[in-house]
Amino acid sequence: MNRDRRDFLAQSTKLLFLTGAAQLGFEALLRGEPEAAPNYKTTDHWWGMIIDIEKCIGCGNCVRACKEENDVPREPYYFRTWVERYHVPDGDIERPQVDSPNGGYDGFPEKYRAGDGAKSFFVPKMCNHCAHSPCVQVCPVGATFESPDGVVLVDPTYCLGCRYCVQACPYGCRYIDPRTHTVDKCSLCYHRITKGLTTACCEACPTEARVLGDLKDPKDPIHEFLRTHKVQVLKPQMATGSKTYYNGLDGSVR
Amino acid sequence: MESILHGVEGYMYPNEMELQWSVLIVLYPFITGLVAGAFILASLERVFRVESVKPTYRLALLTALAFLLVAPLPLQLHLGHPERSLEMYLTPHTASAMAMFGFVYLWYLMAVLVLEIWLDYRRDIVRLAQTATGPLRYLYRAMTLGSYDVSEEALRVDDRAGYVITLIGIPSAFLLHGYVGFIFGSVKANPWWSTPLMPIVFLFSAIVSGIATVMLLYMAATRLRQATIDMRCLDTIARYLFYAFIIDFSLEMLDLVHRIYEADESFHTLDFMVKTRLYLPHIVVQIVLGTLVPLGLLALTQLVNLTERARRGTYALAGVLTLVGIFAMRWNVVIGGQLFSKSFLGYTTYKMAFATREGLLPAVLLMILPFVILWALVRLLPPWTDGREAETAA
Repeated sequence: MNRDRRDFLAQSTKLLFLTGAAQLGFEALLRGEPEAAPNYKTTDHWWGMIIDIEKCIGCGNCVRACKEENDVPREPYYFRTWVERYHVPDGDIERPQVDSPNGGYDGFPEKYRAGDGAKSFFVPKMCNHCAHSPCVQVCPVGATFESPDGVVLVDPTYCLGCRYCVQACPYGCRYIDPRTHTVDKCSLCYHRITKGLTTACCEACPTEARVLGDLKDPKDPIHEFLRTHKVQVLKPQMATGSKTYYNGLDGSVR
Repeated sequence: MESILHGVEGYMYPNEMELQWSVLIVLYPFITGLVAGAFILASLERVFRVESVKPTYRLALLTALAFLLVAPLPLQLHLGHPERSLEMYLTPHTASAMAMFGFVYLWYLMAVLVLEIWLDYRRDIVRLAQTATGPLRYLYRAMTLGSYDVSEEALRVDDRAGYVITLIGIPSAFLLHGYVGFIFGSVKANPWWSTPLMPIVFLFSAIVSGIATVMLLYMAATRLRQATIDMRCLDTIARYLFYAFIIDFSLEMLDLVHRIYEADESFHTLDFMVKTRLYLPHIVVQIVLGTLVPLGLLALTQLVNLTERARRGTYALAGVLTLVGIFAMRWNVVIGGQLFSKSFLGYTTYKMAFATREGLLPAVLLMILPFVILWALVRLLPPWTDGREAETAA
């Protein structure tokens, strides 16, 4: 009898606590807020990205997944990531033809014929999460900052909307969100990577053309990749310490 | 989407279609330039003892103040969250060129301009506090800050302090506007802006525009007061305008020649831009109409003996064209710097709205506002050293 009562109390207490926890979790889910990541230590990571141009097929999955995951305005010309199509006639790397209809969101309609004497390829673009970010440097209030794990983030509750960072980014990765009048950009899906997941764009990529890497984790395959491939960053002359490494980057890409 | 794509040529990064900085940001360097220029003209008399420009000394200071009070307004209007702008004072990011604006601005406003004007006008303020009637009397009394001592000794101290403040003020004026140039010149992502010459070009163009403004205001105000223009003063101002303009023009040409000769990766893009969509504002308005013509006119007054009437007309025309040219220069820097893609593969167009927050209408109103403030300041603190003051003294 006694035992039964103890069991009953224990069970009830567990149920009470668990219901509370479940309720909290459910509320967080409803609010769309990611729960905190208690086991994540920022100092243990240093994030980078590999983009393999040889593998990109221009399907636009990454663009769609990013807009969906991060609530990016659906109107054209607001992108955290987009895909460009390059068409370089016979080695004329100073004058490539480039297009990115709706940022590649709807994929790419056929435009060039095979065998027209030019090479064509796709270049996914995103924030380069520079280690010496010009955008971070110019922010007058420090609303945009580099996190200790190497991700350039924006605090939208602090941003003045002065747009200086948009001017300072050499890669065109920032835009002003028309709903909040604050700046927005790729956060490297910080809400996901701090919970051990990969970014939405990497997850959606069917060919593994985009791979997230932790440069501080000695077991991460990114080290092997960087060791065995000839990689380049965009606009290296800008010396921004970009951590988005491109494999097979053509000299015509800017 | 159609309206955004209209006017786009070649390839722009998708996020670049919309221009980030509007006509209001054109006004910002234009207005701060007038402040710095007007102050430097005032300091000619104070520090460099150019006696002949004395009739414009106080007018130049009040002009600087009127424009300085308006200078932050276009920035405020432009911000996505103006209510957070105080954060620039409370938690400034010290690595940011822009974060220092608030401090440079406040320093210049409070420690230089207001203090210098107060010291210079103290005797008048005390007199007005004792003679004015109605509510103005209380205002003047407040402006005395409780000090009614206008003894010889006190005035000598005022004069000495004013001199020291002007001495500090000159580098401050240089700082104020050179700094505005640095905001643009330090953006390495933008080859149209990124040059160490930018602060110094901004500075000299500021001096030019400030001198031209005070010269025009002096002529207009004298005409309105039906007083006679001090030709010695006007000739001297015009001469300084000419000298400053030559330096400014040389610097701008140095920048241009350097770009053309060096022809780096951005050159084809910028060259094409200047020859097409920036042709009218850059080549026609800024360089020909706004620089070469006024320089020619000012040179004419130096070389040929013209009648007073002809000189006045020439100065007025040269002054107006100068201001048009300097405004075009600000336009070409701010707007021109955003018309091309950072991919160097395409161009966009600036579509100015009219009655929106960043449209033409607020820009025009913001340009009228300093003149209204100046009118009020002139009524409150008459800067004239010839007419009314002489009457009171008699």
